[in-house]
Amino acid sequence: MRNPRVIKLLRDELSARSVVTDTHALTPFETDGLTAIRQKPWVVALPETVKQVRAALRICREHGVPVVTRGAGTGLSGGARPLSEGVLLTLTKMNRILEVDAGAGVARVEPGVPNAKITEAAAPFGLYYAPDPSSQIACSIGGNVAENSGGVHCLKYGLTLNNVLGITVQTLEGDELVLGGRTLDAPGYDLMAVMVGSEGMLGVVTEVIVRLLPEPFAKRVLLAAFDDVRRAGEAVAAIIRGGVIPAGLEMMDALAINAAEDYAHAGYPRDAAAILLCELDGTEEGVKADVEIVRGVLDQAGAVDVSIASGEVERETLWRGRKAAFPAAGRLAPDYYCMDGTIPRRELGGVLAEIGALSERFGLPVANVFHAGDGNLHPLILYDSSRPGELEKAEQFGGEILRLCVARGGTITGEHGVGVEKLDAMCAQFTDAELDQFHRLKAAFDPAGLMNPGKAIPTLARCSELGGMHVHRGVLPHAELERF
Amino acid sequence: MSAQKNGDRAESLTAAILAACERERSMTIVGSGSKAGGPDGIPNRLPDGSERVSTTGHEGIVDYRPDELVVTARSGSKLDDIASVLAEAGQALPFEPPLFDRRGTLGGAVAAGLSGPGRPWFGSVRDALLGVTIVNGMGQRLTFGGQVLKNVAGYDVSRLMVGACGTLGLLLDASLRVHPIPETAVTLARECTPNKAHELTCGVLRRPLPVTATAYCGGVLRIRLSGSGRSVTHAVRNLELDLEVEDDAFFRGVRDHAHPFFANAGRLWMLSLPPGTPFDEAGTLTEWAGARVWWRTDAHADTVRARARAAGGYAASFPPRLVDVAPTVWKYMRRLKAAFDPGNILNAELLSHAD
Repeated sequence: MRNPRVIKLLRDELSARSVVTDTHALTPFETDGLTAIRQKPWVVALPETVKQVRAALRICREHGVPVVTRGAGTGLSGGARPLSEGVLLTLTKMNRILEVDAGAGVARVEPGVPNAKITEAAAPFGLYYAPDPSSQIACSIGGNVAENSGGVHCLKYGLTLNNVLGITVQTLEGDELVLGGRTLDAPGYDLMAVMVGSEGMLGVVTEVIVRLLPEPFAKRVLLAAFDDVRRAGEAVAAIIRGGVIPAGLEMMDALAINAAEDYAHAGYPRDAAAILLCELDGTEEGVKADVEIVRGVLDQAGAVDVSIASGEVERETLWRGRKAAFPAAGRLAPDYYCMDGTIPRRELGGVLAEIGALSERFGLPVANVFHAGDGNLHPLILYDSSRPGELEKAEQFGGEILRLCVARGGTITGEHGVGVEKLDAMCAQFTDAELDQFHRLKAAFDPAGLMNPGKAIPTLARCSELGGMHVHRGVLPHAELERF
Repeated sequence: MSAQKNGDRAESLTAAILAACERERSMTIVGSGSKAGGPDGIPNRLPDGSERVSTTGHEGIVDYRPDELVVTARSGSKLDDIASVLAEAGQALPFEPPLFDRRGTLGGAVAAGLSGPGRPWFGSVRDALLGVTIVNGMGQRLTFGGQVLKNVAGYDVSRLMVGACGTLGLLLDASLRVHPIPETAVTLARECTPNKAHELTCGVLRRPLPVTATAYCGGVLRIRLSGSGRSVTHAVRNLELDLEVEDDAFFRGVRDHAHPFFANAGRLWMLSLPPGTPFDEAGTLTEWAGARVWWRTDAHADTVRARARAAGGYAASFPPRLVDVAPTVWKYMRRLKAAFDPGNILNAELLSHAD
């Protein structure tokens, strides 16, 4: 139902060059960060103002055209996968920083502003925006809101939700919701909490007010090497038990260490089975006290070597390896599949061992690099998509890891979202009644069901079909069919 | 671990809502009633034809592992009881919930969404909440979120429960993040004018000091410092503000509304303002570095609201009512209410505009 009138109306409202329909020009939009899934949209609309966003939504509503909202397209779960008969509303042109109010500690920005640009704008005032997903140079704040993105500093500073004070949302029905603002609380239901992490299913975010934090006065990074992965996992819990909340607490296993070392030369011990990177921040005196505690805990926990970086350059070098871990893993195999489950910290050692066993069973290597402090795993399954059946094998392996996370009291996605990638895994985590409540929640904001249809929440039919298919040992019959 | 009160009434609470749902009877959910009665309480009177369902006796900590920084407890648990169990492991709920007369329950704290003096530094109820089990208005028992810090599977229904006053579901249990109790806490006090207090507060916040609460009331500025003994001692020495050291009774009193300010005459308002906003009115207690102002006044509601708006924020009567919102927000709130409670049986009076 590609109604040409919709294109004409969009061109009238947005200008001709902001409405893309040429098949070659559509190519860059056919995938987000989950590149295994590709689909060309019918139309890409690139609004520059809130008024244009509202107009585009009105046109889509009036003609029953589904809308997929897209930011920078760095999402890892296919949440911005286009629809062949839908409009892809791309907000990258709305990229102005509207205001930095250093006194109130807030910045007001448009949704297309890249995450890192906010900190860049706040830095002259000694302030920064805390959430730092590894794609922060590219990913947009609007996308961060849609996914409730995290980063390496969540344990102490929280996710996007904990660092956003207000958002303005346009609903498909044409309402503008101003939620929160510059104050710490807001009256009525906490609609902002529902919007954050809703993966573009409820409305379009057109403005964001973020909280800026003062740069910590002092920072130190500790690097601890272990000759046993399980012991490193246990050290993570011991640090927390010691009464310290690190700003970041990251873990890498041997495969990840060596890949990062080859790529970034951060000075990691190549012979270690695992390393922990622990960043402590706060006041000078407070950090000194914390370093002593953590150092003691690491020694007790059996770290074979602990080094401390205090200077800016030293610290950056240590972090460089961690931040380059994903591209580094990209050199280990033609493809990798990044998973994103979260488990309680106490399960770290056991789950890592089971992932190792699964790796042998599937015959695919795994590099582990993850946010250990908050139990957020990112196993990178290495595969080669040119070998027949290997992508499917990697996906099955990934599915097993997610089921393992749920079984151990965790969740199928810590920060990357459900998108299209984890729809089946949602069936393992939620009951039919819970999924039904999600659908009713969506209908409260989008009764027509035109906002990003088919993403984030599986239909009950899909789950019951899948339940029936579990007898086939997880091998999906007719995997080529779409199952919403 | 100290002796625990324990009682699982999930079955009977679910059955009560299911029965009310079938008979189309409205229900009023209550905890211990710590926020009911008194000059500022939530009205104690039940609307006509409404039944009362109480979480009393549905109590006890279900799961608590200090290493995980998470506690899961039943909604009728007394905050005071939870606090003593956490304290044994050197931990506490970060948002410093008001205990009022010490009867306050966990369910009440989440439903009312009230945070204490440390909120700008330690986060709010919503920031600490990780997961809930609720019974919705159709009598379905549903679990959202979980016990892990990072969780983005599905819409964030658990945080929607914060401040919803039980209108979307009866809370059965909640998982909350906990944090280590700072080794030391001291409160510094000094008499000064409102202008001077504002200037000093802003100045102190810009310096490398472990500030975790501020308040200005009755011509006295108070600043709480907490952290490792060494960092607090160092901060007190370096403040050079000529401040007097007190114990933590003042901020506890503000948290629980036990401070004499709250006994003054006049209607109690809670003003939420952008942090760092100077706000100079008689009869106020300012905390959160200027982001929250308590105001006891006989002034007309419109006057109070206009004054808050002019300062860039909003005023809510205390306890807050769900109805003081913009019309567009109201439209979607009503729809959410219908999505969770289509028969409109749960605490319906809190969403009615009639006084």
